Amino acid sequence: MKKLIVSPAPHTHSGDSVRRNMLLVIAALMPAYAVSIFAFGWGAIITTLISIVACVGFEWLIAKFILKQQPTIGDCSAVLTGLLLAFNLPSNLPWWIIVIGALVAIGVGKMTFGGLGQNPFNPALVGRVFLLISFPVQMTTWPLAQGFAGSYVDAQTGATPLSLMKQIVKGNSALIDQLPALKDSFLGLMGGSLGEICALALIVGGIFLIATKVITWHIPVSILATVALFAWIATPEGMCGHEYMGYTLFTGGMMLGAFFMATDYVTSPMTGWGKVIFGIGIGLIVMVIRTWGAYPEGMSFAILIMNACVPLLNKIRPHRFGEVIKK
Amino acid sequence: MNNSLKTLTNGILKENPTFGLVLGMCPTLATTTSAVNGMSMGLATMFVLICSNVVISLLKNVIPDKVRIPAFIVVIATFVTMVQLLMQAYVPAVYATLGLFIPLIVVNCIVLGRAEAFAAKNSVGLSALDGIGMGLGFTLSLTIIGAIRELLGTGCIFSMNIFPEQYGALIFVLAPGAFICLGYLMAGIQKLMKKD
Repeated sequence: MKKLIVSPAPHTHSGDSVRRNMLLVIAALMPAYAVSIFAFGWGAIITTLISIVACVGFEWLIAKFILKQQPTIGDCSAVLTGLLLAFNLPSNLPWWIIVIGALVAIGVGKMTFGGLGQNPFNPALVGRVFLLISFPVQMTTWPLAQGFAGSYVDAQTGATPLSLMKQIVKGNSALIDQLPALKDSFLGLMGGSLGEICALALIVGGIFLIATKVITWHIPVSILATVALFAWIATPEGMCGHEYMGYTLFTGGMMLGAFFMATDYVTSPMTGWGKVIFGIGIGLIVMVIRTWGAYPEGMSFAILIMNACVPLLNKIRPHRFGEVIKK
Repeated sequence: MNNSLKTLTNGILKENPTFGLVLGMCPTLATTTSAVNGMSMGLATMFVLICSNVVISLLKNVIPDKVRIPAFIVVIATFVTMVQLLMQAYVPAVYATLGLFIPLIVVNCIVLGRAEAFAAKNSVGLSALDGIGMGLGFTLSLTIIGAIRELLGTGCIFSMNIFPEQYGALIFVLAPGAFICLGYLMAGIQKLMKKD
């Protein structure tokens, strides 16, 4: 005899899981990672390995011995945090700084608030900003993109396009000649954080994520549109608008931030309009910091500041079903 | 006797101004860049606390209820001025680092809070003990926060070198480090207190 089972919705499971989404994001980061291995050689491999192992290790230790929970490292979120943290670091950072960054990212940024899903701020960015403020010299010494020819321990370092742009914005238009060609900055063979250099690979990864419905288009599009408009209006002397717009979009953590950091589920708003406002806020803050601030790059600060506004943006609710239409 | 002992230890453990009552956060966050700075700030506050508690307790029957807050402030400000001038004369280096935060003891919540909540209702002896207890609790907390920030930020405690300075995380000497330290210490102490 067949039983009729009555249960509340939902009735089917799409097979979606935290683990699947995390693995898809990691997969989407692989093109950019391939470029950074090509650009920074062993530095890129060592930094990433240390960061991932430390993040997963700290999550396991904290869950097991301090929170006394069943460790949930199987959901791969700590792996992703470690990978994103490494993407935001210079590739020749001493190992102990990477380990401190991982401890802060997982310990302070995530587990203190109760683990995955509870953290108000993006853990990888908490780790990065902590390191940036704590070790300003090491964190702003950028190795040149030399591939495996460059040594991990004492790699040659140099100014990044971003620090040149900062001085151009401040009025030193003689430096415009030193910027790499716009095409090169799009393809990414230049100095910078480990994973942020290749705009093309990051855009490919981002479109993959949107196509597989891991993220929606709202946040990246609103960030990039705001930044592009701001750059076009506030172009410094000696450059044409579209040129400056291109450099602004393709250098620094812009693409990495817009597609991979700002779209973190836990720390971004839930509704479409909330996401758009979130993105516009990030775009504005980035450009304000890049144009008038002390730091050449403001992506991590901008995302963290807007992370703090997410509870407010979540007051924007979707429309309810089944309301009576008033005539 | 038991009662006075309780009054004395109340400020150090159960109602610790920093970790229990969460009062006087401004000097707690701003002056604890090193153990010495934290301790000096704590001691200066402790002096003002004891003196103002005693005097306000003595004057409690003379002060009209309606103007009690201005009256308390005048008493407190007198002692703060004394501390300020004394520190300026005898420890100018410490005075220079603490700067504005010494005159700001006048509006420190702990001092006014104890005057209002304790000294205005209790005898002189008990008020003095309460001032000592609260002052010790405040000094102890500030010294602990200062020591942790100094150690993690520069590798020293009381300027004694523990590990090379280049391994220190600068953030702990800056404002965010103060919030991080205070948060974790408060959480840890709350956890320990709950166990008892």
